[in-house]
Amino acid sequence: MTKTSSNGYKSGSRLERLLRAGEFVVTGELGPPQGADGDTIRKKAALLKGVVDAANITDNQTAIVRMSSIGAGTIVVQEGVEPIIQMTCRDRNRLAIQSDLLGAYALGMRNVLCLTGDHQSFGNHPTAKNVHDLDSVQLIQMVVKMRDEGQFECGDEMEEVEPRFFVGAAANPFADPFEYRPLRLAKKVAAGVDFIQTQLIYNIKRFDEYMQKVRELGLHEKVYILAGLGPLKSPGMARYMRDQVPGLDVPDIYVDRMTEAAKGIDKAEKKARSQAWREEGMQITIEQIKQMREIEGVAGVHVMAIEWEEAVKPIVEGAGLLPRPEPAA
Amino acid sequence: MIIAEQKPLEEIKALIADAKDVLVVGCGTCVTVCFAGGEKEAGILASSLRMSTKLDGSPKAVEHITVQRQCEWEYIDPIGDRIADADMVLSIGCGIGVQALVERFPDAVVVPGLNTSFLGLPTEQGVWEERCAACGECILGLTGGICPIARCAKQLLNGPCGGSQNGVCEIDPDTPCAWQLIYDKLKSQNRLHLLEEIQAPKNWSRSRDGGPRKITRQDLRLAAEETE
Repeated sequence: MTKTSSNGYKSGSRLERLLRAGEFVVTGELGPPQGADGDTIRKKAALLKGVVDAANITDNQTAIVRMSSIGAGTIVVQEGVEPIIQMTCRDRNRLAIQSDLLGAYALGMRNVLCLTGDHQSFGNHPTAKNVHDLDSVQLIQMVVKMRDEGQFECGDEMEEVEPRFFVGAAANPFADPFEYRPLRLAKKVAAGVDFIQTQLIYNIKRFDEYMQKVRELGLHEKVYILAGLGPLKSPGMARYMRDQVPGLDVPDIYVDRMTEAAKGIDKAEKKARSQAWREEGMQITIEQIKQMREIEGVAGVHVMAIEWEEAVKPIVEGAGLLPRPEPAA
Repeated sequence: MIIAEQKPLEEIKALIADAKDVLVVGCGTCVTVCFAGGEKEAGILASSLRMSTKLDGSPKAVEHITVQRQCEWEYIDPIGDRIADADMVLSIGCGIGVQALVERFPDAVVVPGLNTSFLGLPTEQGVWEERCAACGECILGLTGGICPIARCAKQLLNGPCGGSQNGVCEIDPDTPCAWQLIYDKLKSQNRLHLLEEIQAPKNWSRSRDGGPRKITRQDLRLAAEETE
């Protein structure tokens, strides 16, 4: 029998309440440090407080060891920002994931993002053994089962209290096989996912085609889809993402715009050029947010300003999304 | 079949450093077919070690012999005397061959000359690729005959991760994405519906995670007793 909380919400997280209220939500990203300094987290949280509705806390992102997402998430909760705990299948088996989620819930976390995890060969421990006991679809099912059935993966009933998470997952609309991607999303929806955050999107037109297919399958009515966006910092970064990063589709227009941005500024004026690029990068993201709002089925944006948390506020403000709404209780 | 490759000569020399009389034991089955530990390789390795240790100023007597299958008692029992004569045995069978010699000849000191790599096949002359992870619970019937346990870097059971691009795996441009292969195969057979169903968490207890595996066939055991 499915358990429901008394208020009718699955988790009651801020993110869930805002989405249910029909608000266009904004999530951000907070990367924990490669060290044990909690103040780093506090500084980053201060930049996101009141600017995003919830912040993803990455889990050994790109397979580089960092402070744990739940450890950092605990500090983020204390700082008054709602975390979305990222949980990968790379580093933990089903026992570890479940026990960590029990702890995360007890510490006040209410959102979890279920991920496969970047392969360890990309990170700083390429000789490590990976786990992949579960895949991301199975992870979604397990977290939903813990919440809705009060059962562990094995079927055992858990003691009071069951962890009631708002369950998210990722989607990469531009990975291959392209035509399979909406079906992959459908599988995550069938597994019970509540919200989706997409990988970085620059080619809005192509994303619209993906969303067309998503709407044909009726998935946009079953899951909240947050479009992933990220400000470019420089023409070099734009070119790198266009040419080198698998699964990213960066149209030439953005590379050109970034190049144009510093035109007329002397090459010796490095600071001024960098500033001009960054402003153009933020401007592009602001325009993209406005475009995303026009796409049916997009419930919000996930702004990934990696190691550039300062950019999030001007972007969200520029897009006319401040102040952030307070959810109903 | 089992695919293996020879260890670097320096590593092998370190393994046999304490021995004077070394017997290289090749195997006539899998490792012969993958040119790692057959009769020819046993001969070359033995002479390489003789020459190399001579040049180093501490020559060793290195002989070689190859059995048809190093992983069955009946093939290794006949070389018991040769093994007893050596003070170290350098097996260039797979890891199973090494351990078969260890179990059958308790007094022998056996060291490996190969790294046993994987279960696979030669896809072209000089190229071997992994195909099976011996997970103990075959799912090839669900995946168009292409194994995601052996061929997907993340052993995914419910479709490709976000790192599949232009048919290749994100970890290596020379590695095809197993899930792209599965998708293409099932699409060509009009069987894409197989991908819609969610595959439950795998029972890894039938794989290595359940501890060392053993199969006992009582029917065969009884038959064997009756004929004795």
